Amino acid sequence: MSPRHTLHIVSGKGGTGKTTIAAGLACALATSGRRVLLCEVEGRNGISELFGVPPLTGAGERRINRTSAGGMVYGLSVDAEDALIEYLDTFYHLSIAGKALDRFGAVDFATSIAPGLRDVLLTGKVYEAVRRKIKSRPNPYDAVVLDAPPTGRIARFLNVHAAVAGLAKVGPIRSQADSIMRLLRSSTTAVHFVSLLEDMPVTETEEAIAALRPTQIRIGTVIENMVTLTPLDHDQLQTAAAGSVALQVPGLTIKQNQALASEFAIEAARTLQEQQRHDRLTALGLPLAQITFDPGGIDEGAILVIAEQLRDQMSLEAA
Amino acid sequence: MINEYDGSALQSAVPFLDIDKIIGDRQTKIIICCGSGGVGKTTTSAAVAVRAAEAGRKVVVLTIDPARRLAQSLGVGELDNTPRPVTMIDTATGGSLDAMMLDMKGTFDDVVVAHSTPEKAAAILQNQFYVALSSEFSGTQEYMAMEKLGQLHSEAEAHGTWDLIVVDTPPARSALDFLDAPEHLSALLDGRFLRLLLHPTRGPMRLMSAGFSMMSAAMTKILGAQILGDVQTFVRAFEALFGGFRQRATSTFELLSSRHSTFLVVATPQHDALREAAYFVDRLTEEGMPLSGMVLNRVHTSALAISPERALSLAEDLVGTSAVLEAEALRRHAALMRTIETETRMMERFAAARPAVAQTQVQSLPTDVTDLAALRRVGALLSDKD
Repeated sequence: MSPRHTLHIVSGKGGTGKTTIAAGLACALATSGRRVLLCEVEGRNGISELFGVPPLTGAGERRINRTSAGGMVYGLSVDAEDALIEYLDTFYHLSIAGKALDRFGAVDFATSIAPGLRDVLLTGKVYEAVRRKIKSRPNPYDAVVLDAPPTGRIARFLNVHAAVAGLAKVGPIRSQADSIMRLLRSSTTAVHFVSLLEDMPVTETEEAIAALRPTQIRIGTVIENMVTLTPLDHDQLQTAAAGSVALQVPGLTIKQNQALASEFAIEAARTLQEQQRHDRLTALGLPLAQITFDPGGIDEGAILVIAEQLRDQMSLEAA
Repeated sequence: MINEYDGSALQSAVPFLDIDKIIGDRQTKIIICCGSGGVGKTTTSAAVAVRAAEAGRKVVVLTIDPARRLAQSLGVGELDNTPRPVTMIDTATGGSLDAMMLDMKGTFDDVVVAHSTPEKAAAILQNQFYVALSSEFSGTQEYMAMEKLGQLHSEAEAHGTWDLIVVDTPPARSALDFLDAPEHLSALLDGRFLRLLLHPTRGPMRLMSAGFSMMSAAMTKILGAQILGDVQTFVRAFEALFGGFRQRATSTFELLSSRHSTFLVVATPQHDALREAAYFVDRLTEEGMPLSGMVLNRVHTSALAISPERALSLAEDLVGTSAVLEAEALRRHAALMRTIETETRMMERFAAARPAVAQTQVQSLPTDVTDLAALRRVGALLSDKD
């Protein structure tokens, strides 16, 4: 049986397309009758931009897409200050005090002086959404996808234990952090990394995975994004990259054939380099998925194409 | 060679961002490169710094990213909080280049030590809250980048060590962090809430003290009594430094708004990066900051004026023949032309909405930038109008 994950955390270096992949994954998981929540935590309005819907603000969850398979994708933009006020309300029935605190800059103060607190509040909101799968609670989701902070910050973001260690030895925040950590370490959570086949994103992926290992949080799939596939073998690519082949396309002038050959030499060299980076990612010993490069750019249609590729290559609980 | 797909039509309509003119102007003393993550900001900063140094400027480049490869490409073993000379550059024109990487905590510690008595400094440096603030607070990096920039500028003015500072900004969570963080941190350290925390019975706030004690109790519950105690101790020790912090943040902000500074917004011709760039451009314009223009990295070009449709059709004709390489070369050319079309459309939309923003384009490079020669090539591409 395929592994069952209900919380999918997606990270990647800036510029690798992690938000797009997170959106694609949410659509892939939203098969017939399923409800999937897609969360972002960095206030970038990335989700609403991608799906062409008005910005997700406040604590509300909104339906943003109905997939052709008959599932629903909902969107949520988690804000630390909203989460703190909600938290005060839930645990202390202090919503009015919470608003007063906000007016005095105290909420900003609390989430800023204790950066760990901020992360606990953000992951805490995601935790709450995942827990709703218990059917007696309102708005249960079958899966939650988190568009998480980039590779440089992901280990610290998810290591909520360490975040509150200096902060609270006992008390509600501590037990909240313990519950979040239990969820993150459970077999129903996986962290996926998005990488391009370029040196820096691959290096950052390697580093983030090494940093995450001690936290005992499961690493899911490494997703290679914007991959250019080639029917050529290694020798053919090397020949092309060397620039020594004289291309002869009927109908093109000698000059055009030469221009095509030198352009192809650069493309072939790039593909060879990409294959080396693919080997480095393979060496991580994790499941790999490849998303092909779309020269037409990213729009809602492109996200659905990505969703299809992810569904084919990842062992998803919805598949 | 020029064709209808390489964006040259765009280039003629959009003002050209002349990097050589900027670095040639001796009144330019600070260049700030900003943009979202993954757009080549650090490489752009280094390339501009190398080009300026080899044009005769005495340059220091301040990077934020712990990019070891940048240190390698500059031939500096390790970058740290102290400027290190880059010896491999060409000094024939009398220029020089130093490189450094911001050490956030080290810079904060230096400020504390420099502006308080030894006993007070020791108390602050050991304070748990200070340790968290100086190493983890999300705005500290931006704040310390500003602080370091102010220090470098004073040193440059006093000793003539440098006449140009190139700054690579932190990989901001949002486009606005860099401008907002200093204000945010000083508002936090100097704000109403802290004053209430310290002197709950003083001033116009004293009437609020019943409400305040409720809030204070809630904060204690969430944060724990110990951290609030640490904060109070810290704030008492740090109080004398507040004014100085504010003052320096203000004067650095003024320096950034002056004609001696200029901002370069770095982007790539993708939807996300251009959206972030638009935020940056709008914000800088709103704040009256001196924006020179936008550097567009990784722009694809082709010297072969054959449309994607024609290339694919030619490739189709070759299916089943032995011309495997030819067919694949044509398919790759078609994909490249599609990419160029998409990028051109993105750039045109940006230019239509912000026609006054000057641009320069750096074409997509086949290999990574790993040495000084490659940085020079990037610098040359930056300055090349075509």
